[in-house]
Amino acid sequence: MRFLRWLIGLIILAAILIWIFIHPFGFLVRCLYILLLCSFLCLFRILGGPTAADRAVSVDILGILIVGFCAILCLATGRPWYLDIGIAWALQSFIGVLALSKYLEGRSFDE
Amino acid sequence: MNEIIGYIFIVAGVIFDFFGCLGLVRLPDLYNRLQAATKSVTLGTCGIMFGVFIITGWSASGIKALLIILFLLLTAPTAAHALARGAHKSGVKLWEKSVCDKYEEDKTK
Repeated sequence: MRFLRWLIGLIILAAILIWIFIHPFGFLVRCLYILLLCSFLCLFRILGGPTAADRAVSVDILGILIVGFCAILCLATGRPWYLDIGIAWALQSFIGVLALSKYLEGRSFDE
Repeated sequence: MNEIIGYIFIVAGVIFDFFGCLGLVRLPDLYNRLQAATKSVTLGTCGIMFGVFIITGWSASGIKALLIILFLLLTAPTAAHALARGAHKSGVKLWEKSVCDKYEEDKTK
């Protein structure tokens, strides 16, 4: 059963990667699709994580991924203000994860 | 020439990101997942940012990319450390095949 789940996940990942590389996208659009696949892996962990701490870790990783996504989007569209969105997102994600870890630790926020 | 070197950095960063997220899904334990995902995703995003800096040069976008690298290298390990500490204090168990737990030993000492 466990082996079957592992095999199904491997087949789905390989199919998506092969689709990305066969379809005639540009170079940066392929990078964007791979980062989108990474975000869906993080969302999978958010849905199925057994504890609250797993979900907090996944939200942290998702925030860092979105910063990289904004940088590639800045190159692909030629609009430099996507990097500003990246800076703001990194700040907000850091503060949010610190608040989540305080909450996990079981203390109040003003300590 | 600059564009080719920058694209090589971006490809390396995207590959690191992908394997980090694969580790986030695949590994058995919260602490294993944290240590796989945080390090490699931080390095991958810093690679993407360095590629953007090489492509755009010393312009406003390039300096913003360098600023994001500095900020990520400062904040991502801090956030991961705080998360691991909070998870350990909230009672998340280690994987049953883990060999040692130094933080628990320090607390009981």
